[in-house]
Amino acid sequence: MLLLIEQTLGGLQLGVFLFLVATGLTLIFGIMGVINLAHGSLYMVGAFAAAFGTQATGSFFWGLLFAVAAAAIAGLLLEVLIIRRLYERNHLDQVLATFGVILFTNELVTIVFGRQPLFADMPAALAGSVEIVPGLQYPVYRLVIILTGIIAAGILYYVISRTRAGMLIRAGATNREMVAALGVDISLMFTLLFAFGAAFAGLAGAMTAPLVSVEVGMGEHLLILTFVVIVIGGIGSVKGAFIGALLVGLTDSLGRAFLPDLMKLFLPPAEASTVAGGLSSMFIYLLMAFVLIFKPSGLFPVQSGGH
Amino acid sequence: MDKRLILPVLCLIPALFVPQILEAIGEGFLIGLATRIVIYGIAAMSLNFILGYGGMVSFGHAAYFGVGAYMVAILSHHAFEETTIFGLPGTDFAPMSFLVAIIVSAFAALVIGALSLRTTGVYFIMITLAFAQMLFFLFVALEHYGGDDGLLMFSGRNILPGVDLSDDTTFYYVSIAVLVVVVALFSRLVRSRFGMVLEACRQNEPRMRTLGYPVYRYKLTAFVIAGAIAGLAGALHANQLEFISPDSLHWTRSGDLMIMVILGGIGRLYGPILGAALFLLLEEFLPVIFHELHLPTLQEHWRIVFGPMLILFVFYAKDGLAGLFSTRKEGEAT
Repeated sequence: MLLLIEQTLGGLQLGVFLFLVATGLTLIFGIMGVINLAHGSLYMVGAFAAAFGTQATGSFFWGLLFAVAAAAIAGLLLEVLIIRRLYERNHLDQVLATFGVILFTNELVTIVFGRQPLFADMPAALAGSVEIVPGLQYPVYRLVIILTGIIAAGILYYVISRTRAGMLIRAGATNREMVAALGVDISLMFTLLFAFGAAFAGLAGAMTAPLVSVEVGMGEHLLILTFVVIVIGGIGSVKGAFIGALLVGLTDSLGRAFLPDLMKLFLPPAEASTVAGGLSSMFIYLLMAFVLIFKPSGLFPVQSGGH
Repeated sequence: MDKRLILPVLCLIPALFVPQILEAIGEGFLIGLATRIVIYGIAAMSLNFILGYGGMVSFGHAAYFGVGAYMVAILSHHAFEETTIFGLPGTDFAPMSFLVAIIVSAFAALVIGALSLRTTGVYFIMITLAFAQMLFFLFVALEHYGGDDGLLMFSGRNILPGVDLSDDTTFYYVSIAVLVVVVALFSRLVRSRFGMVLEACRQNEPRMRTLGYPVYRYKLTAFVIAGAIAGLAGALHANQLEFISPDSLHWTRSGDLMIMVILGGIGRLYGPILGAALFLLLEEFLPVIFHELHLPTLQEHWRIVFGPMLILFVFYAKDGLAGLFSTRKEGEAT
């Protein structure tokens, strides 16, 4: 039971991360029709900036702010220099050009920070753990991450469904040409939206920095998980991204925790743990395949007339 | 002689003398690089078949390459240990190993393609990528076959009666022979009725569907053929290195294959071979060039130059290398 609670929280935490990164990606695709492989690089920029900023200022809070700003600026540059030219291109061009961006960013970060992974210190105030249910100690920091993600999701929901900017975003997702024809500066909107998505990815990167070793290539593994989330949720749908992220997070975490025991019912222990290890990392892809069989355009398909 | 055969035969003749030329200029060790170009050329051709002709942007092609390579290595591993796999003995016999590699990678392509082709556009890109990553993790998790570290073929390359595969020059010629067969296969395929239907599906899928063509089955068949040939290339790859690791299935490898197709010229029969050559030569010699220019940072981090080169290429040179030699205009592949 305690293991179940612990693993569920772990799954939520992964889900929250995935959501923060997936939102930007799904919005950018839904509205601008661009598949951006370099989104994971923005996450990496966030993590590196957080580790660097925390070391430089001695404060995790300033590091976090620095990371979000750095990712937003990187996103801004990326949009203006490269992505902007890709809106009218086909997906293949977008994939290749943003793949080129990944190669460039990875090497640049390696040159600046070296090959040794960086580590960011956890803020002292959040370093302890609390007893959430009798007998289960859980790190405060991980709870804070879950909370931050939920708050971010709430803000996003409010902005998209209740504000004028959000209205334009939704309108743009449905029919980009019509919005432009009605006099909205669509180019500026795209740039800002891109930077906004980048800031979210940067936030996710910054929050993960104290938990993992910050190293080159960390963004790419997450990127592919994010693709799974988006495919499950339905491209362009923020709600879909949220549900998809939680599903993937929980499936991964619970699968890893319980599959080995399950396998031991059928196989000798030594083999069971190997097989389970392989299977549990495949679990989320099986989930994706399962969803695809019944819902080829994801759980919450977005009707788009724009493209 | 058929006019269409002139150019390929003209290209084949110098390719046959590569070992002697390299030997003559004292760079004999580069025969490995030449073989790699041939092997990756085969893999890139198979991707080009679905990407250029079929319009399927498969971003997981390295998976089938890797599966083919792993089959060869796994069979060799069992032959060496004299153990069995699913009750069957391993083997070092090349025709057997290659056949298994082709069948298993075709099967992987069948399962993944059947699911992925239910979708189109960007979903398809993401799903093929995700499934390829799944196979990557599968091989990482297979501790018995080396896991992360990869699997060495202790008994060396496969055995082919009458041909000494362990000799690098012989192996180069064998690879060239396989390439010629694959080129012949694809050049017939794209001109066949099947190829025409596939191409038409890319240009206007709704129309083909309205005309009553089973579009899904055509695309899936093409996808499986491409997977099988990628597996064949993988089998050669494992033999060349006598080693295979999950790295060969990594998603960036799929990206590399895609870059080779684009560099050479998408939807052109010989483009991928040129692309593979250009890509692997750049990979080999960009660091050397930067070394000569006394730019040590760039020598180590040549990708920082290669990335922007790729971006510029996408922006300004869509037709690829083959486009430079041809005035023929191809339709856009989306």
